[in-house]
Amino acid sequence: MIVRCLGIALVLVCSGVWGAPPALPKGLGGLGTASPAAGNADAVDETDSALWPDLTLAGFWEGRSGIRTQDDPNQDQATLGETRLQLRLEHADERVTARLTTDFLLDAVQDQEQHGLDQTNGEGYVDLREASLAFRVSQQADIKAGRQVLTWGTGDLIFINDLFPKDWVSFLIGREVEYLKAPSTAVKLALFSDFVDLDLVYTPRFEPDRYIDGDRLSFFNPFENRPVGEDDNLHTDVPDQWWHDDEFALRLHRQLFGYQFAAYGYRGYWKSPAGFDLTNGNGIFPALSVVGASVEGPLGAGIGNLEIGYYDSRDDRDGDDPGIRNSELRVLAGYRQELARDLTLGLQYYLERMQDYGNYRDSLPPGNPSQDRNRHLVTTRLTRLVLDQNLRLSLFVFYSPSDDDGYVRPSATFSVDDHWTLEGGANWFFGDEKHTFFGQFQDNTNLYAAIRYNFAR
Amino acid sequence: MMNGMRMKSFGGLGAMLALLMVGGGALADGLTVEEIVQRTEQVAYYQGDDGKARVTMTITDGQDRVRNRRFLILRRDQDEDAGEGVAQQKYFVHIKYPADVKNTVFMVWKNPERDDDRWLYLPALDLVKRIAAGDKRTSFLGSDFCYEDISGRSINEDRHRLIATTDDYYVLDNVPKQPKQVDFSRFTMWIHRESFVPVRVEYFDAQDRKYREYEVLEVATIQGHPTVMKSRMNDLRDGGKTVLAFDRVAYDLGLPEGIFSERYLRHPPVSYLK
Repeated sequence: MIVRCLGIALVLVCSGVWGAPPALPKGLGGLGTASPAAGNADAVDETDSALWPDLTLAGFWEGRSGIRTQDDPNQDQATLGETRLQLRLEHADERVTARLTTDFLLDAVQDQEQHGLDQTNGEGYVDLREASLAFRVSQQADIKAGRQVLTWGTGDLIFINDLFPKDWVSFLIGREVEYLKAPSTAVKLALFSDFVDLDLVYTPRFEPDRYIDGDRLSFFNPFENRPVGEDDNLHTDVPDQWWHDDEFALRLHRQLFGYQFAAYGYRGYWKSPAGFDLTNGNGIFPALSVVGASVEGPLGAGIGNLEIGYYDSRDDRDGDDPGIRNSELRVLAGYRQELARDLTLGLQYYLERMQDYGNYRDSLPPGNPSQDRNRHLVTTRLTRLVLDQNLRLSLFVFYSPSDDDGYVRPSATFSVDDHWTLEGGANWFFGDEKHTFFGQFQDNTNLYAAIRYNFAR
Repeated sequence: MMNGMRMKSFGGLGAMLALLMVGGGALADGLTVEEIVQRTEQVAYYQGDDGKARVTMTITDGQDRVRNRRFLILRRDQDEDAGEGVAQQKYFVHIKYPADVKNTVFMVWKNPERDDDRWLYLPALDLVKRIAAGDKRTSFLGSDFCYEDISGRSINEDRHRLIATTDDYYVLDNVPKQPKQVDFSRFTMWIHRESFVPVRVEYFDAQDRKYREYEVLEVATIQGHPTVMKSRMNDLRDGGKTVLAFDRVAYDLGLPEGIFSERYLRHPPVSYLK
């Protein structure tokens, strides 16, 4: 009784302090509150097609251009000048997912005639990003077959055990970062058990990186011992026999106490040219096997990751062939954390340690610049979201204290509305010398800008 | 945009503020404050053993520019209690709109005793990415709701006091135990006495000015559970507001635990995501 009286007294007191009680909403006895902003669901043009309910179409159109900020005696001023239409068709039901993602491309910088419909480097009129069929075979197995983008490993823009093809050209000239991953034509079998999960990927014909060959970006050609560009681009001998020049990749992984543990294996070829045919100067893709491991999970206030891999350069195990890259040990340690609201920081340390360094030095042709035994690299990523998260500012810095070179990637992406996106950024390369990993790209430093319209039906 | 949309953990189908804990003894209708806040939390975040909803988010900024988001959300409460009667929850969020992030998936294991585990799946890269647990007052998908509004504010973070009981409501005043971690100095909740739905929540700044207000606009009873179908968060400082509209709500679907895994991030459980 006393409590009840106190309650009433409180109501009397509080009605002044706390304001009038809210009207009961619709469904709790009220009639509901008319709200001008309520129920804007019609604006969302995500609809279910009556004809084929599980089929969706989405995509984008974009225009993108970029220029060098300095002269490159070996190149044009423009790095990018293209318009791209991407169409993504997807059918998904409980057992099967079928995806067809096609980019149609018109490019003012490259001569597309020479590439036509060629799918190896994404520079033709059509880039087939995905044409895949994924099935749930059983409780314990999934299969995905066809053209697809494959990714694993723990690094941020650094890859040790992910030996699926990368498109370094797109990355360095300022295409959307997802273009760093190039598609493979492959079969992936995923097996699941209580103890461990296993992914097996078979690529029947070697899928090289979309590497820097001088066409768009100049690079240091060690065979010619100078920077070269579009008039003197790299010719390569790519292993390309179906079922013979193939690749195997596997990953064993398991989640334990919030940590993801993984072991990896790969048997195939160096993904970018890793040597020269000494008779004709063509770039080659020597045989490569990799074994590795990683762990990723909570560390302090953020997420930490550690990954290692041993690169076994099978055609030059002694490291005494000057035309083939030596074996290497690669190590990556990373950490990322939210520093403040809408501000995140990522740090990585990466090491490439050449094996058989003495043999490398002994076999180096006279006059060629020598690499260090260890290549150290540190990276920093800062990401800041502002304007209600509609503007994303990002800065990624690679710096190598051993090569004394680096690469800075600032970018800004603004979502104008549900459909339109504006993007701008830079790729800035610096270095003391012309032959180091980033230093060789100094004359390619560029600015880019893009406008994109996204749609879905 | 992908990262710009800041995918953070979330959850509660009732999608609102959680609360509570209490010191004690005040009784209303024979309920202690502690019982009121626990039942409110139950209604907001733990109805059924699992649940699903489609959420359409309409964000209107102070200049009346409108942005929309749509996603499907699956929730499963783990069977075993991890102490305090609070079970681990697992969430699977499949983004449908806008087009640039369509089919992005966000998975959260909400742990009662430690930071959430969170993953993001980016379909264009076939990439499963582990993401760090962050500031829970960060805006959720650029809306006026913050992460904590959606996933539920932890049970021990505030001191609660019953300040009034009206015909329809319990009125609770809530003061954060660690005021430096949040942007409010206190908040009041109007909790519907019959359903335990928090119908209005008002946030006050350090000068005790109201700067943020949550309102329930519509409730429906689904499979016996009172469920918020439409709600709105108003930011009184910049004039922005976000409306959350729920449909396709269902409880006790028998969601298998296995779908909250990397396997299903890469190949989503389509039949549950309709």
